[in-house]
Amino acid sequence: MNKDMQRYPGRSTAVRRTKLLLWRYCLLGVALAAGAAQAALTIQHWQTANGARVYFVETHDLPMLDVSVEFPAGTGRDAAGESGLATLTLNNLNSGAAGMGEEQLAEQFADVGAQFSGGIDRDRAGVTLRTLTSDAERTTALATLANIVQQPDFPEEIFQREKSRMIASVKQAGAEPGAIAERAFYKALYQDHPYAQTPTVATLSMLERADVRRFYERHYRADQAVVAILGDVTRSQAEAIAEQLTGKLHKPDAPLAAISQVKMPQQSIARQIAHPASQSHIMLGVPGLKRLDPDYFPLLVGNHILGGGGFSSRLTEEVREKRGLVYGVSSYFLPLADQGPYLISLQTKKEQTAEAMKVVRETIATFIEQGPTEQELQNAKSNIIGSFPLRIDSNKKLLGYLQVIGFYNLALTYLDDYPLAVEAVTLAQIKDAFKRRVDPHLMASVVVGGEAAK
Amino acid sequence: MHKFLMASLASLFFYGGALRAAPAHEFLLENGMKVIVKEDHRSPTIVSQVWYRIGAIDELNGTSGIAHMLEHMMFKGTPTVAPGDFSKIIAANGGRDNAFTGNDYTSYFQQLHKSKLELALKMEADRMVNLLFDEEEFQRERKVVAEERRLRTEDQAHSRVYEQLMATMFSAHPYRRPIIGWMNDIENYTLADAKAWYERWYAPNNAALVVAGDVDPQQVRELAQKYFGAIPARALPARKPQEEPPQLGIKRINVKAPAALPYIAMGFHAPALRDPANDWEPYALQVLMGVLDGTDSARLVKSLVREQGLAQEAGAGYDALQRGPGTIIIDGTPREGKSVAELEAGLRAEIERVKTEGVTEAELKRVIANVVASQVFQRDSVFYQAMQIGTMETAGLSHKDMDLMVDKLRSVTAQQIQEVAQKYLQDDNLTVAVLDPQPLQPKQAPAVEGIRHSQ
Repeated sequence: MNKDMQRYPGRSTAVRRTKLLLWRYCLLGVALAAGAAQAALTIQHWQTANGARVYFVETHDLPMLDVSVEFPAGTGRDAAGESGLATLTLNNLNSGAAGMGEEQLAEQFADVGAQFSGGIDRDRAGVTLRTLTSDAERTTALATLANIVQQPDFPEEIFQREKSRMIASVKQAGAEPGAIAERAFYKALYQDHPYAQTPTVATLSMLERADVRRFYERHYRADQAVVAILGDVTRSQAEAIAEQLTGKLHKPDAPLAAISQVKMPQQSIARQIAHPASQSHIMLGVPGLKRLDPDYFPLLVGNHILGGGGFSSRLTEEVREKRGLVYGVSSYFLPLADQGPYLISLQTKKEQTAEAMKVVRETIATFIEQGPTEQELQNAKSNIIGSFPLRIDSNKKLLGYLQVIGFYNLALTYLDDYPLAVEAVTLAQIKDAFKRRVDPHLMASVVVGGEAAK
Repeated sequence: MHKFLMASLASLFFYGGALRAAPAHEFLLENGMKVIVKEDHRSPTIVSQVWYRIGAIDELNGTSGIAHMLEHMMFKGTPTVAPGDFSKIIAANGGRDNAFTGNDYTSYFQQLHKSKLELALKMEADRMVNLLFDEEEFQRERKVVAEERRLRTEDQAHSRVYEQLMATMFSAHPYRRPIIGWMNDIENYTLADAKAWYERWYAPNNAALVVAGDVDPQQVRELAQKYFGAIPARALPARKPQEEPPQLGIKRINVKAPAALPYIAMGFHAPALRDPANDWEPYALQVLMGVLDGTDSARLVKSLVREQGLAQEAGAGYDALQRGPGTIIIDGTPREGKSVAELEAGLRAEIERVKTEGVTEAELKRVIANVVASQVFQRDSVFYQAMQIGTMETAGLSHKDMDLMVDKLRSVTAQQIQEVAQKYLQDDNLTVAVLDPQPLQPKQAPAVEGIRHSQ
């Protein structure tokens, strides 16, 4: 789940910066939502009185509770010319609610040691709470969350402040080569499709409080809400919590349309953007997987071999281990409601840009042409299946899977089915799926920084 | 036989019941290697970490970053594991592995199903003594590290400010050198530099094994004895204190780098935690940081971001758990239309407010509530629990002091906070670093709008 946290309550640069660690490789925050190991995990599911879908895992190991409420309110819901509205709406949820000001809301969480955050990606937006389950703490934290989700006031003055902060963030990102590359990559890949949307200074400047209110009322709705609950509460408590968090959401008459269909590119687009940085930031890709996609597992396992499996992957072997051209090179599918990106990214000294890109393109082409070896396939399966338990070994990680299962209406047995589906993947399936879905000649490419790629 | 020390005393001080974690087990192998086991049976997984008490703090001029370079070399093979195969073997066994280097330590870890613990320990013990040093592998990896420096530091405006801040704050202490090393040093490492580092510092008596997860402590003890116990201890070079001389007045620097917004970081020298039972200042400073930053209602964000509109972001952090001196960093990005000078005045005003008016009981209570809650929350991550233990051990403290430290934090008074603010947050102790943002392209339109279709 590639959830860019848009607002970091009280989490500052200083805290993260005072202890700088260097890792052997970057831990990419993007994992294919996979999952699972123990068949013992029981996900309970029901709907609230007004139609919100609830997903609950009861676990009493720790006296704590994780809860989230999510909506189809991600950046892909921004209308043309309104890029940034979805994010701005989320950022303003806790600016004031049910008549309480932002300071009061912040203090209510802080007084009981609760952690509140918001998250947004192209499909989803929502809020997450972590609290102790002792009565006083849980009650206060949940009541505050209920107000924020269901009765935001969007005070004008704070809206203006958050808007100007977000404009500044966009400007800041506009100077960073990695952020520039990502923005250009999505634009190249998705053109006029809503997944191309990223906030700009121009679109943000046009937005007003009324727009946020309108967006909220259209997208933060009972019939589309997904509530994930995990932790030290009983089923009946969980039922009450779900009602408390969604009972006051409205139910608009007009249904919410699905995200429009992604069009596959007819030609490759190559973009070059100059930047004074010492490295080029390079991104290549095509529109990739839907969350419910017949090629899901062949592509998942195949990509693990090509560029998703860290030091076991071909891209790392060819570009880093054999040639020392990069610190990090990787590829991943980010499955969304419609086709999310298949993205290959690397950074290399400017002077090596063409050389690195050539190696990457050749590695991809060879893989698509010949497919993986039997040994590679076995190793990939062992890794993906064997490391399942690590993907769900904390409440925090499990909550992420509950959210995905809920939002995309995946089977409740998704986590149990997953290893079986991985095990069933064959060499022929991988080869066939990559040939059909990843055409190297239609790949969009973005280079921010250096010399031209040939 | 090796001593069997159990940290059971801590359980006498239970008060939160389930709020407190069960204590970890600790063994000492005869060769001096410490083994710490933290049981957590929620999931059938383990994390195994070997922490070497060796980091950037132990480096010398000319080879800054060599601890980190060696960390990369640790994946380049032994007579029984081919170069690059370490990670592949762990992966094929359903695991993940990585390593990281800090100022005070170098740490290697594997996350696996509990049935694979032996594999991790066997391979980790192997590379503690049998590492290969191949010239070609080394030169390629040196290029990788140079790319890493470009990615993390050269092209990151805030990282550059931080690097320059440290280099200015400290005039003698090795914390003045970046963990990744200066670029020129990276370019001039030799294979012999890496090999010397390995031979000097990689020994069981300079390491601690931390295993957390679904394990039986007795089994870990036996496996640790089997694989690490056979490695002889080695004499370690003496470490000089290299204390930082007292600062003689405020220092200021400007850092020019491509960026859109300016940024300011203010660094103050501060004590590190040395004696968990008798020190009080580090605890008071830590609670002070919680008052300034740490929740959405903390002072800096409330006052500077929300009320006054001076800052885009503002924060404060303090590192007390380290071998060298502690540091406090207070930083922020001005709101558009506000200058760095205005933000600095705002940050200073907040510091003055603590010094003259202290903090309220409500604020104190709030910070403690968050300390108590995070004691529970952090138990959700087995990896983090092991990290905490390793960090404590390599800072020269003991994991057994963790509960005591929480008690100490809870007993901090408003007066103590005011006292440490007055003592440490003052100009003669301060270094200010300011990011002076440079345009990306003197002649180009803003980057985002400048995208060309060049198909």
